[in-house]
Amino acid sequence: MIALFFRDLKLSIRAGGGAMIGVLFFMTVVAVIPFGVGPDLNLLSRIGPAILWIGALLASLLGLDRLFQAEREDGSLDLMLMQETPLIATVFVKCAAHWAATGLPLVIAAPLLGLFMNMDELAIGATMLTLLVGTPAITFIGAVGAAVAVSLPRGGLLVSILVLPLAIPVLIFGVSAVYAAIEDPAPFLPPLMILAAITLFFAVIGPLAAAAALRHASD
Amino acid sequence: MRLLAEGLSARRGEDLIFNDISFALDAGEALLVTGPNGSGKSTLLRVLAGLLTAETGRLKLEGGPPELQHPSELSHYLGHRNAMKRELTVAENLSFWKRFLGDSFGGAGWEIGAAAEAVGLPGITHLPFGYLSAGQQRRMAMAKLLVAYRPIWILDEPTAALDAAADTLFAGLVNAHLQQGGIVVAATHQPLGLGRVKELRMTGFAGVDGGLWHDA
Repeated sequence: MIALFFRDLKLSIRAGGGAMIGVLFFMTVVAVIPFGVGPDLNLLSRIGPAILWIGALLASLLGLDRLFQAEREDGSLDLMLMQETPLIATVFVKCAAHWAATGLPLVIAAPLLGLFMNMDELAIGATMLTLLVGTPAITFIGAVGAAVAVSLPRGGLLVSILVLPLAIPVLIFGVSAVYAAIEDPAPFLPPLMILAAITLFFAVIGPLAAAAALRHASD
Repeated sequence: MRLLAEGLSARRGEDLIFNDISFALDAGEALLVTGPNGSGKSTLLRVLAGLLTAETGRLKLEGGPPELQHPSELSHYLGHRNAMKRELTVAENLSFWKRFLGDSFGGAGWEIGAAAEAVGLPGITHLPFGYLSAGQQRRMAMAKLLVAYRPIWILDEPTAALDAAADTLFAGLVNAHLQQGGIVVAATHQPLGLGRVKELRMTGFAGVDGGLWHDA
């Protein structure tokens, strides 16, 4: 299992891997916002957390469709399906590796992009923390979509459409936690806890559903 | 160890691909599945590998470990695709599968270098898999059978894209595996030059009444 984790990390870093694509997309989306909205610093810092979250959500959806499709195309998926190790564990490890390669760089890039949006330290810190807690949920939800669309040759957009409605709660609670941190009366902890709960919930349900979908997609 | 198939049939979509196929393989025996294109060889092998569910019939392994769920857990499957990543080097690919698959009871996998030597390609394990020619890729996919021990080998057209020398080399590997008490099921057009071989001739949909049995 550890071998699988490191193999997937290596693959995403090597040529053709998707690790940097997500970060670049994230940077592109956030970097054009100030040009579009105009140099109103107050407005930028007010919408900053929401923009960062939307950018991160879209960027983490970007490479998801290849999660199982690449394995299926070269026949590796067949061997993974045959093993004694529960498929759920295999899916979970693949999700973890995918998040470490694509989700974690988004969290790390967030402070830099926060400066673009004229956000203060507290807002940047809160955004990073909520992204750290929330983005794994997007990967786990996305794994289900990727497993369902595994045999479709151009399933990329379909995966995003399937996954987006389920990822909306993550976005809502992520953004509301950040706003709770910067605006005084609202408490920060409850939305953050709900966000963590969503992540834990999908960490269980996601691999379970994805494994079931993969079992039935084999031909 | 004894692999038993009783009355297997499989369906793809609406069509019945084959019907009522039964065989029994003891340790050290090989089953060659032959037949024209589209007669269901690959489908049969995918059923044996647990990748497709059989419409009817049963598959079981006698003398296996008690906690065994399906014989596929003790099987290697070499399909049309090599299950190797083009971006990784051969050594990285093989060591990943060695660690991921692990050894089944009753045997030990080979070291990466030894396995590469056994398929006749020592000294190129540092190259990315994508750099190799089709035949070399196939040979390295065979090395995958050696690095992790599995008593049952399920091979789908194993010698496609191979030259004559590689054919003999591969027959040697399969024979060695059989002599250690392994079981081999192979779909093939070429005679592999094996010792104790049973043959199952698939006749395609016209012969719904099943496989024809004879000892080769």
